[in-house]
Amino acid sequence: MELRIDRSGVERCRALAAKIVAPVEAFIARHSTVSVERAVLRLLGVDGVTGDQVPIPNALLDAVPAAVWNHGVALAFGRALAETGLDPAPLGEAIAAGRFSLEQFSETPPAAARGALRPYVEAALKRIGGQREVRERKLAELPQLPPPLLYVIVASGNIYEDRTAAVAAAQAGAQVIAVIRSTGQSLLDFVPFGPTTEGFGGTYATQENFRIMRAALDEVGERLGRYVMLTNYASGLCMPEIAAMAALERLDMLLNDSMYGILFRDINMKRTFVDQHFSRMLNARSGIVINTGEDNYLTTADAIEQAPAVLASQFINEEFAHRAGLPDDQIGLGDAYEINPDLEDSFLYQVAQAQLAREIFPGAPLKYMPPTKHMTGDVFKGHLIDAMFNLTSVMTRQQIHLCGMLTEAIHTPFLGDRALSLENARYIMNAARHFGDEIVPRPGGIIERRAASVLQSCETLLEHVAAMGLMHAIEAATFADVSRTPDGGRGFEGVFERAPDYFNPFEEALCLIATVS
Amino acid sequence: MSRFVKPYGDTLDDGKVQLSFTLPVEWSEAADEAARQLAVRMGFTDVQVADGRAIAPGFSFFVVYASTPQAVDLEGISASSARTHAMTMEEIDDFVIERIGRKIRVAGACIGTDAHTVGIDAILNMKGYKGDYGLERYHMFEAFNLGSQVSPEALVRYAKEHHMDALLASQVVTQKGSDIKNFTALGELLEAEGIRDRVVLICGGPRVTNRLASELGYDAGFGRGTLPSEVAAFVAVTLADRLRPAVLR
Repeated sequence: MELRIDRSGVERCRALAAKIVAPVEAFIARHSTVSVERAVLRLLGVDGVTGDQVPIPNALLDAVPAAVWNHGVALAFGRALAETGLDPAPLGEAIAAGRFSLEQFSETPPAAARGALRPYVEAALKRIGGQREVRERKLAELPQLPPPLLYVIVASGNIYEDRTAAVAAAQAGAQVIAVIRSTGQSLLDFVPFGPTTEGFGGTYATQENFRIMRAALDEVGERLGRYVMLTNYASGLCMPEIAAMAALERLDMLLNDSMYGILFRDINMKRTFVDQHFSRMLNARSGIVINTGEDNYLTTADAIEQAPAVLASQFINEEFAHRAGLPDDQIGLGDAYEINPDLEDSFLYQVAQAQLAREIFPGAPLKYMPPTKHMTGDVFKGHLIDAMFNLTSVMTRQQIHLCGMLTEAIHTPFLGDRALSLENARYIMNAARHFGDEIVPRPGGIIERRAASVLQSCETLLEHVAAMGLMHAIEAATFADVSRTPDGGRGFEGVFERAPDYFNPFEEALCLIATVS
Repeated sequence: MSRFVKPYGDTLDDGKVQLSFTLPVEWSEAADEAARQLAVRMGFTDVQVADGRAIAPGFSFFVVYASTPQAVDLEGISASSARTHAMTMEEIDDFVIERIGRKIRVAGACIGTDAHTVGIDAILNMKGYKGDYGLERYHMFEAFNLGSQVSPEALVRYAKEHHMDALLASQVVTQKGSDIKNFTALGELLEAEGIRDRVVLICGGPRVTNRLASELGYDAGFGRGTLPSEVAAFVAVTLADRLRPAVLR
C-alpha cells in the first residue's frame, strides 16, 4: 500500500523541525539538571538508600550547594575517589552517612579527578555495551515473531504479581511487556529503591524491579524460543536515571518523549528538554528503542482535529532524537487509534494517518496505541473496535503494537482479558498479514485526501512554532491546548547552568563513541 | 404490586446468563467440569460450559451459559440519579441569572495521584463531550480546571482562597480503593476547614455512582457518559435551593 504524498512538503516539515529544535539544543548544551547528575552517579556505581529511604544519589546531590552542581557532580566525586581511595558504592554510602562531605576534597587537580573516574566510566560503558551485545545475540538465537510486535501492559502494583502476568502474557503470544508505573511516579524527583509490592495503577520502576522482570522474561524467552522484550518509562522527572538503569539492566524499550512531560504532567520544559537529551544519548548507546507519546494528543482532545499535531510532534521528536544520536531504527514514533468510532469512515481516517506516518518515517519502528477514549463498559463493542485497530496496524506495517483491552474502560487488565486481546490481534494479523501489499488507495480518494490535508496542516503548524520558538509556542498553548511557561511547572529548581569547566564523563564518552561510529 | 423479573434469553423467565472467567488451573476435561460445578455452586442451573481452553500454562478460560433461578422485584428498587434536571446550556444560564443573579464559580480536578483527566476535561473544557459544551463555555459559570494530580489539600485550599461554589473531584484509577480514599479525604478536609456546607461537592468517574456519592457524603456523583449540562444543571439547581432561605431573609 502506498499513498502519493507531497515529498517536498515532508522535506519542508523536516527542515522546520530542525529550525525549531536548534535553539533548544543550544539551551540544552549550556545546562544540566539534578537528574542528569544523579544518573552520572548511578552509572559510576552509586546506589542504595539512606536510613530514611532517600536514594544515595539524591542524598549526595542534596548535601552540596548548587554551586558544586554547576561544575558537574562527577568532578567533585572524582576528587573524593582520588583522595579516599574508596570505590564509588562505599564512597557514596560514606558521604550519605555524613562521614565525608563532597566539598572537603579540593586538593586533587581536575585531571587527576578525571583519571580517578575513568575506570568506573569504562566499566559502566562496558556493561552497557555488553548488555547490548547480549540482546543482539539473543535476538539472533531466539528470533521474534514478525511485526507488529504484540505489546501488553502489566500493572498490578506488585512486581511479583506482574512477573506472573508477564510470563503468562508472553506464553499467550506477547512479544513486549511493559510494566506500567505507579500513578504519580513521574512526579517523584527520585527513583525508589528495591523490589516493590505496592503501587497504584502500576508498579514502581526500580532497578531491582527491572532485574526481577528481566530475569523472568529471559527465562520464558528461552523456553518459548523467542526473545521477549521489556519496556518501562523514562518520562517524568527522572528520565536520565531511568535510562541509565534501563541500560544497565537490558530493558529493550523506553517510553521517552521530548514534550510529553511538559504538556501532560506539567513538568518544567527546560528540565524536560535537558533530561530527554541525556536520556536519549544513553538510549542510543544501549540500543534501547524509544517510544514517543503522541497518543496523548488524541486521548485528551478530538482525534480528527489533533492529527496534524501528532505528525508535528513526530517530526519534532525525530529531530530531538537524531540530535541525541539515536538512529531511525531506535525511534518508535507514536500514534493512536482514537477517532470516534461512530464517525462515518472513521476507519479510513485511521488508515490515512497510520500510513502517512509509515511513509514519512520509513525507518522508524512506529508505535501504535489502541483505542481508549471511546472504549466503554460494552466489552463486546470494545473487542470489535480493537479488531479494527489490529487490522489498521497490520495493513500499515506498524512495528510496536500495544494490544487493546476489551475491558479498557473497566479495570486494569485481568489475565483473561490479556489473553483475549492477544487472540484477537493474532487472528486479525494472521488473517490480513499481506493485505496492505495487495491494495492501492484510490488516487484522489478519501484516504489520500485526508493524508494530504494532515500533512499540509502539520506544515502550517510547524511554521507557526518555528516562527514563535518552541518554548513560546508551548506557552501559547500550541500543543494539546495546554499552556506552560518556560520557568513554570515541576522540577525547574533542578535545572542549572553549566560552569565553563562543567564535566560529565558519560556525555563526553558517548559523544566520542557517536563520532567514531 | 410486585413485579418480578429474571434475565431473558429467548423465553420469558428462562433466566439465561452468560459468564466468562479464568481459573488458575491447567486446562483439561476436569477443568471444564470444575467450571461447571463452580457455576452450579453460584446457584445456576442448566449450566453449559460452551468453551473451555488453555490461555496460559496453569490458566484456563471458560465461557459458560446457564440459568438463574433468582428474580428481583422491580417495585422494591430505587436508584438515585443526579441527572434529574434536563436543561440546555441556554436554559441553565437563564436559570442562574434569574435564581442566583451572579456567576457560579466551579473548580475541578483529578485528585490524588490520578493523572487521567479525560473525565474532568469532558465536563469543564470549552469543547465538552458528545456535542454538549463544557462549563467553560457557559456565560454564568466560571470554571477552573486545575488538571491532574491535585492533592485534596490543594483543592480545598483553592476552594477557600478563590471562593468556589462547587467542587468537582474526578477519579479514574480505582485500583485498591485509591478513589474512595481520595474522595473521603477531600470530604473530611472540607468538613475540617468548615466549608463543606458552602460548596456543592460532586464526584465523578467511570466507576462513580450517585449512590456511592451519597455514601461518601457528597451532593452528587456522576458516572460514565455524563454530559456537562447534566452537571451544570445539578450545580445550578442545588445552589439555588440552598440560597433560597437567604433570599427570603
